[in-house]
Amino acid sequence: MQGNRVIGEAAIRAGCRFYAGYPITPQNELTEYMADNMRRAKGGTFIQAESEIAAVNMVLGASAAGARAMTSSSSPGISLKQEGISSLAADELPAVIVNIMRGGPGLGNILPSQGDYFQATRGGGHGDYRTIVLAPASVQELADLTMDAFDLADRYRNPVLILADGMMGQMSEPVEFSEPAPRQYPECYVLNGKGQGKSKFIRALILDAIRMEEHNWKLYRKYQVITQKEVRFETFWTDDAEILIVAYGTAARIAKGAIKRSRELGIPVGLIRPITLWPFPMDVIRAFAERVDNFLVFEMNTGQMIEDVQLALAGVGKVHFYGRPGGVIPTPAELAKVIAYHARKK
Amino acid sequence: MIRKTIFAGFGGQGVLMMGYIYAHAVMNEGYHVTYLPSYGVEVRGGTANCTVAVSDEEIASPIASEPDYLVVMNKPSMYTYQNRVAPQGSIFLNSSIIDTRPTRKDLNIHDVPVGEMAGQLGNPRVQNIVMMGFFIKKTGLINPEAFMKGLKQILGEKKKSAMEINRKAFADGYELQI
Repeated sequence: MQGNRVIGEAAIRAGCRFYAGYPITPQNELTEYMADNMRRAKGGTFIQAESEIAAVNMVLGASAAGARAMTSSSSPGISLKQEGISSLAADELPAVIVNIMRGGPGLGNILPSQGDYFQATRGGGHGDYRTIVLAPASVQELADLTMDAFDLADRYRNPVLILADGMMGQMSEPVEFSEPAPRQYPECYVLNGKGQGKSKFIRALILDAIRMEEHNWKLYRKYQVITQKEVRFETFWTDDAEILIVAYGTAARIAKGAIKRSRELGIPVGLIRPITLWPFPMDVIRAFAERVDNFLVFEMNTGQMIEDVQLALAGVGKVHFYGRPGGVIPTPAELAKVIAYHARKK
Repeated sequence: MIRKTIFAGFGGQGVLMMGYIYAHAVMNEGYHVTYLPSYGVEVRGGTANCTVAVSDEEIASPIASEPDYLVVMNKPSMYTYQNRVAPQGSIFLNSSIIDTRPTRKDLNIHDVPVGEMAGQLGNPRVQNIVMMGFFIKKTGLINPEAFMKGLKQILGEKKKSAMEINRKAFADGYELQI
């Protein structure tokens, strides 16, 4: 099944009942899938919005009313959504936002790229906030992480970003959908009519400095908990590795191919694959630095995640970089040459 | 083991369908498989292509920088992709409309007159399935029944007569002696 459609199916199975989007390649099949299938979900609503900005704000509204809500776009469209994402974070509303990245900056092209790492992991919009960022590396993981994204969004009342690229979105692979867990969330905030109870407010406009500061610290404490509890990563062939590649998403798949080739030549190389880009597996990388000196960050951009790896290592060990931006998809053979170069130099 | 194939031709020749049915069929047989279509800035009547990777272990890259097999349904695709094919690889070409030879001399070239063969069946739209019949036989990765099962899954809802002519087209391609 195609990656984009898998996200749609996983979302509906996870109980997503509100989707608003605006077409953009390479994620169009997701919007199309939701248009076709949301109606078979009881109480489901699909809206093709008049713009990306409208779509994310519709999601904000649906989330405030208690729906599991999602929007999706690709890089330039995600930039347009940032004001809404910032508001979702400030309002502490759960939502899932899918970014099927393409080559940039600007309108760029429609080919797979990882240029939006900074935007995704640093909040993206204005203000002191974070979003959980999940980076799938296969169509199966698109299914699993989409379901998890809704649970995480509810658990922390925070927007969750799924960061994939044109390759993940367009590619078809075999997939099995797992049974989603029943939804658990604190209904206390949901604006579903006052009835006999007290009035409820969701707002991010807090003019009083002390109360605004209080709200910021509250968000900060939540982010601290997420940082401690929600880090996810995969390691591959790390046991005896003397060089460790750090790569995520499509780049991590290519890295696995390169590692297999390099191992055949006797080069001890392994992979750390962050699955959550925020929170980033800082401690994991730091722990590896106790016995590994060489880290090779491999990204389909000019070097973004490398800054997090450098932060994690805090000056310990050597950090190398190899990247191809703009929609070029590097081959495993190409990366294997880079690995061989660093193995010789070591 | 990993086998990568690029299918390429004009939009409308069923190029993506060839790859998609093939991917389904090998998936049913328990292989790891990726199917990656060309997407985006395509135009009707322009070129279309897709890449299918089949392996008995996890597939690193769904892109084929050196495909083992190339299936080309038109001339521009042959020129575009022939130099990518791995040494000693194979090209399956639609000899009904490709009237020149590939310049690569180290490859196995299979001329399949899919146009004439589909014409004899009375439906030019099954050219792609004729090609797949021959492709499945020569590559030997899966048996014909597995392919037909994949085809049935994809065409599922369509009418019975469509299935019948596709079955004939596949058999003709499979039994072709060249």
